[in-house]
Amino acid sequence: MTFLPKPKVHHPALPKNAIGLTRRDYEGTITTLCAGCGHDSITAAIIQAFWELAIAPHRVAKLSGIGCSSKTPAYFLKEAHGFNGVHGRMPALVTGANAANSEITYIGISGDGDSLSIGIGHLSHAIRRNVNLLYILENNGVYGLTKGQFSASADRGSLSKKGEANTMEAIDGCLLALTLGATFVARSFSGDKAQLVPIIKAGIAHRGFAFVDVISPCVTFNDHEGSMKSYAYTREHNVEIVRADFVPPAKEITTEYEPGGVRSVMLHDGGWVRLRKVAEDYDPTDRDRAYAYIRERQREGEIVTGLLFLSAESRDLHDQSNTVPAALTTMPYEQLCPGSAELERLQQRFR
Amino acid sequence: MDRTNDFAFKIATANGTGSASANGLIMQAIFRMGIPVTGKNVFPSNIQGLPTWYEIRVNKDGYTARTPYFDLMVALNAATYVKDVAEVRPGGYLLFDSSWPLDDKLHRPDITYLGVPLAEMCNAAFTGVRERILMKNIAYAGALAALLQIDTAIIRILLKEKFGKKPALMDSNQKAVDVGYDYATQTFSCPLPIRLQPMDLNKDAILIDGNTSAALGCVYAGATVAAWYPITPSTSLMDAFRGFCQKFRVDAQGKHKFAILQAEDELAAIGMVVGAGWAGARAFTSTAGPGISLMSEFIGLAYYGEVPAVIFNVQRTGPSTGMPTRTQQGDLMMCAYASHGDTRHICLYPADPREAFEFAVKAFDLAERFQTPVFVLSDLDIGMNDWVVPKLTWDDGYRPDRGKVLSAEELESAKTFYRYLDVDGDGIPYRTLPGTHPKGAYFTRGSGHNRFGGYTEDADEYTDVVDRIDRKIQRASKAVPAPLVQAKPGHKLGLVTIGGCHGACAEAMDVLARDGIGIDYMRVRGFPFGDDVSDFLEAHDINFIVEQNRDAQLRSLLLLETGVAIEKLASVRYYGGFPMSAHHVIAGVKAKLEKAA
Repeated sequence: MTFLPKPKVHHPALPKNAIGLTRRDYEGTITTLCAGCGHDSITAAIIQAFWELAIAPHRVAKLSGIGCSSKTPAYFLKEAHGFNGVHGRMPALVTGANAANSEITYIGISGDGDSLSIGIGHLSHAIRRNVNLLYILENNGVYGLTKGQFSASADRGSLSKKGEANTMEAIDGCLLALTLGATFVARSFSGDKAQLVPIIKAGIAHRGFAFVDVISPCVTFNDHEGSMKSYAYTREHNVEIVRADFVPPAKEITTEYEPGGVRSVMLHDGGWVRLRKVAEDYDPTDRDRAYAYIRERQREGEIVTGLLFLSAESRDLHDQSNTVPAALTTMPYEQLCPGSAELERLQQRFR
Repeated sequence: MDRTNDFAFKIATANGTGSASANGLIMQAIFRMGIPVTGKNVFPSNIQGLPTWYEIRVNKDGYTARTPYFDLMVALNAATYVKDVAEVRPGGYLLFDSSWPLDDKLHRPDITYLGVPLAEMCNAAFTGVRERILMKNIAYAGALAALLQIDTAIIRILLKEKFGKKPALMDSNQKAVDVGYDYATQTFSCPLPIRLQPMDLNKDAILIDGNTSAALGCVYAGATVAAWYPITPSTSLMDAFRGFCQKFRVDAQGKHKFAILQAEDELAAIGMVVGAGWAGARAFTSTAGPGISLMSEFIGLAYYGEVPAVIFNVQRTGPSTGMPTRTQQGDLMMCAYASHGDTRHICLYPADPREAFEFAVKAFDLAERFQTPVFVLSDLDIGMNDWVVPKLTWDDGYRPDRGKVLSAEELESAKTFYRYLDVDGDGIPYRTLPGTHPKGAYFTRGSGHNRFGGYTEDADEYTDVVDRIDRKIQRASKAVPAPLVQAKPGHKLGLVTIGGCHGACAEAMDVLARDGIGIDYMRVRGFPFGDDVSDFLEAHDINFIVEQNRDAQLRSLLLLETGVAIEKLASVRYYGGFPMSAHHVIAGVKAKLEKAA
């Protein structure tokens, strides 16, 4: 079930954002996921991020594939159009929707089965096209809805609930994205809202494909000892290397940051992402070094989190396709049809 | 027998040698002479070196179907000599390159051999390997001009039109034509009895292939998003769309009023189309049978989620990879019911490039009116071969039918909006586009949903929606193009066909009439079938269902959908990969009649 209405009672003292909406206005229906599911924390972070950015909910489109993660768009932004598509192919839907109407903010929610198995081709090519989209991979290493099979992101040696060991190498979404030329790559943990909210905000503001891998433990099928996507394991091995903050356009960069180690990258919309390096030798604007660093820490058993890579030069699908700045859906028909006289002229070619 | 303007010839070459331009030149010249002409390109799934043929039929009576009887063979491919020599009609001609002696084994006493030393002459006239090979082809066009009496003034004009900006190329082409022409006039008694005489039948006609005209239809319909994965024989549709968009859809700043997305596969291509349609654009994809197989999942989603999409299926020979460069009507069943579960789709069946243009426009109107995927089922023969058709016309009063889409103002004043509620009782609910208004939000899903757009696993709520969708699609039977019917009182036999079989059927009916077999005609043009289709079938004792697939798919569809008695439907099929010929129809009908008698 993904359709349970929530009571529409607003406490008068709830804080309002720049367009006069409360956080409640960014909510959806009541979640039907298991109690304690990491995905619900991500939903909360999404609500917080959109509220803080004061984006009108109806100017957002939320799309997903199939799976537990893909149910979550029902739980936020009830005034946004939602599309629960087919398994693994949400990137194709967004690509088409974005091509048609570039003026909408797109958020895609996917899981590790959706993204890294059945839909890995679509994810890969949406990254290559740099479709302007915030793509959140809610990563729990397991197939929840079909009750506990390993997904492609399950680490080698990880144990299933029944005690079987995964023998295959895991696909790391962030490394994949870096290889494919992603312009925005981040990893976070569903239990770390303070880290996740600014990443989501920056991802929304980024013009291009913003890939965010969020480790999101499955309390029912993958939260036991021996799992490498459990709350306990992730808390213990998660190492934040870059702390991001997003400064919206027209807002001055304040001085609350430590001067050393902070790097600001301006986004297409005039906003800034401030990247505070926690690890000394990490450069979030150097793709090759970012890749090498993540691999290196992986070998030490560490899950590095934060905004791992950001390219200041991002040309999205529309930049590459050289389309008009306005949404194609707003083109008046008169500008699209060449008319009868032109048809007559054209047909000389077919004589 | 006078064979003026009534014969067929075939040119056998290897692909990648430049024969396509020579063949196109001949075809266009005959067209400009005002004579009804048909060209069929029989090509391999290959880029260079494999056998390729071009068949040209001229017919003063306007019969356009392919004929397998060739009065003249231009045999320039040693690899296919044996087959090519055998295909010449007794009393016919064989033109070959006499730079090399022809194998004695290839000699037939009942045909005339016309040796033209094409290679020798071109080696003498031109320098450079590439030019010599290319000009050899143009030289046979020159020889044919003399033998068949093709108007050389027209050839000169065509070369000028084509190479006007490249005088050197124009000169060498003209030189090659002259070399062939002069040799033939000096050596043979020109013209042959099979010859051309100018007519005036193409004044208001164009020579166009159906992929080009369908692409033009997409431009005129106002399509802005196209997504595709390259596949023969549909690729030229998207190429043409791109070409027209670059001509008509680039603004003063050089910005594009269109987006063409080359997808990673057909699954994504249709996903992009569905996404774009959902967002409010007129969007389409072009593909062939293997693509539809891959697209079926999303097609089911679009059907159940009620999202408009237009899909051009330029059919080729299946199953599986089949023969990618041969034609067939093998996807009729698949498209009618594509995807798992109970689905049924609107299909349009153009018979020629002109209808491909018209039905392309119609497809977008139907897709948006009925909020569902619409197929345009053309085929390789219609899509890739040049057809002589009446000029395309356009009504400037046309405005797209965007269907029931609520505006921001309508939503503002509306009390409630429920996506799948049958407000008007016609089975078609109202839809909204993303970004319009907070009240317009809804969830599109392929999972069970109720009339309010909510998720459901409730039996009644589920059947309520799927039954309404069924009513909606059935209603489209009144909106699809009506069948084309020719009937005379008293006729008890009916000939029923689809798409590109039209020419073969029209010719066959004339022949059958001369043999005393009076027969009515119906060409179905849209699915679901309307009452007029079942009325026709009921009105005739026997209906010969003529189609190009092994399993009699049109017959099955008619049987399933109209409830007509199976005894009334006799099947006439040809599915070897060539376009259907009149003789297939004649032989098929006569065999059935004999059996019945």
